[in-house]
Amino acid sequence: MVCENCGSADAVMHLTQIVDNEMKSLHLCDKCAKEKGVEEPTTPENFPLTDFLAQLGKEGSSGTALQRAGSCSFCGLTFKEFREMGRLGCPHCWTSFEGHLRSLVRRIHGSAQHVGKVYLSPDPSVSEREKRLEGLRRKLKRAVEMEDFERAAELRDEIREMEPAT
Amino acid sequence: MSAEDRSPDPVPAPDHPGMGWLDASGEHAEIVLSTRVRLARNLQGHLFGPRAREEDRLAVLERVQGAVGRVEALKSAEVTEVGALEARTRRLLLERRLASRELVGENGRPPGKGTALIIGSDRSLSVMVNEEDHLRLQTLFSGLRIHEAWNILDTTDEELGQQVPYAFHPEFGFLTSCPTNVGTGLRASVLLHLPALVLTKEIGKVLQGLTQVGLTFRGLYGEGSEVVGNFFQLSNQTTLGKSEEDLVDHLDRIVRQVIQYETQARKVLLRDAASVTEDKIWRAYGLLRYARSLSFEELMNLLSGVRLGAALKLLPGLRVYPLNKIMIYTQPAHLEEAAGRELSPNESDAHRAAYVRRILASEGVVSPDKGSGEGSSSPDATG
Repeated sequence: MVCENCGSADAVMHLTQIVDNEMKSLHLCDKCAKEKGVEEPTTPENFPLTDFLAQLGKEGSSGTALQRAGSCSFCGLTFKEFREMGRLGCPHCWTSFEGHLRSLVRRIHGSAQHVGKVYLSPDPSVSEREKRLEGLRRKLKRAVEMEDFERAAELRDEIREMEPAT
Repeated sequence: MSAEDRSPDPVPAPDHPGMGWLDASGEHAEIVLSTRVRLARNLQGHLFGPRAREEDRLAVLERVQGAVGRVEALKSAEVTEVGALEARTRRLLLERRLASRELVGENGRPPGKGTALIIGSDRSLSVMVNEEDHLRLQTLFSGLRIHEAWNILDTTDEELGQQVPYAFHPEFGFLTSCPTNVGTGLRASVLLHLPALVLTKEIGKVLQGLTQVGLTFRGLYGEGSEVVGNFFQLSNQTTLGKSEEDLVDHLDRIVRQVIQYETQARKVLLRDAASVTEDKIWRAYGLLRYARSLSFEELMNLLSGVRLGAALKLLPGLRVYPLNKIMIYTQPAHLEEAAGRELSPNESDAHRAAYVRRILASEGVVSPDKGSGEGSSSPDATG
């Protein structure tokens, strides 16, 4: 069979379209198929959290290491329980299992350092305020870059409100 | 639920709270059904969802309820305790994509006390309370509107964070029950209809490419759901190590590329397989227009063809909006709600077909005679 696109080379790729009970195929040679970007579909892997957790168990770690990880002093969740269900028990777990979670998080996200919004709790200390101002300034810069001037004006006002009067 | 769905009006307006995302008003609405951005947040001092005791759940809800009045976008929000709703009403929330499976309760059982859904007055913003995380704030828009969805969510998050104390760690960011959500807690997702990439078999390549740039895809109903009707939900895979703006920008950029690929694939279909494409679309339309029984899966597959036809103007005059409505209002709980009673699977299929016929008849602008003369190219023999 000849390629339906160029009419010269042998068709090696057969693009099939099915309409209810009828089928139509487009027959292409290797070169034309590549040009059209036709390729066999593949299924990408799903997100392997369970694999990560299983690995976490194997690595360096024996039962004793896990036991040493102990339990959360606030909610009592043990690290073993976390590994089994993949969910932490409370915010304090993140401190209780910090070391283990750091390597897990690094493997999941490729980083263990949050660089997004800095949360200013309702009663902020000065340093937190500074961090937040920094975040707002970054956003303002970006809004200007994106030419979103309405948003930029809002952010500018917000920054002015937060900055200590000079 | 209003009496509207029971009325003979074949085209009920989606004026239920939170249904604006259906109206096909946003950018690229013929390919992008909706844009959703959500933030996972937890309160200090309380156990996370899966391990939370009743006292935690009730305390979380109480704090949030006390705070919404001081958050601009939630001022006149409607707070619904999900556990108090009837089973069917809970399924309606799931089918409208306003609540997750976890929030409405697994296997028909009601969720625990304190589980609530808060829908903001502008109806695109909602908060799930006592899901896997204490709070899941989300915005849901029609079409491609990632930045807008993020900006509104960001503002609401800032305000709410001043009213209730979020759990935050300087290194890990916003703390969550599952480590896959920690950091920004942000998941932005766009629901895309990609029939031409599927028909031209390029979808595999595209999906594979997505995983290489840190995005992931799911089916219509999010995590663990299958792809039906060629709808793909694209979202960021990681939540930590990048700023919210970077995550949102990145998704926006990649989605625009995917839209371009899909548009290109549609052109290829029209150029290289015009008569087959047209035939497929008209057959799908014919079945939907006249069938007496339709399973949801069959409907979604046919609807995919019809939606493509509407987008390519091969079905003259057919709008995308009624097709969006068909997707939502023909799900089992919605059909039962409209019928006012439980339906057996067979009855459900018959009611579904009847609803679709009514909607397409009321659109009524499509004329096969006119259509077949216009769009087709040459009457080429196939094969």
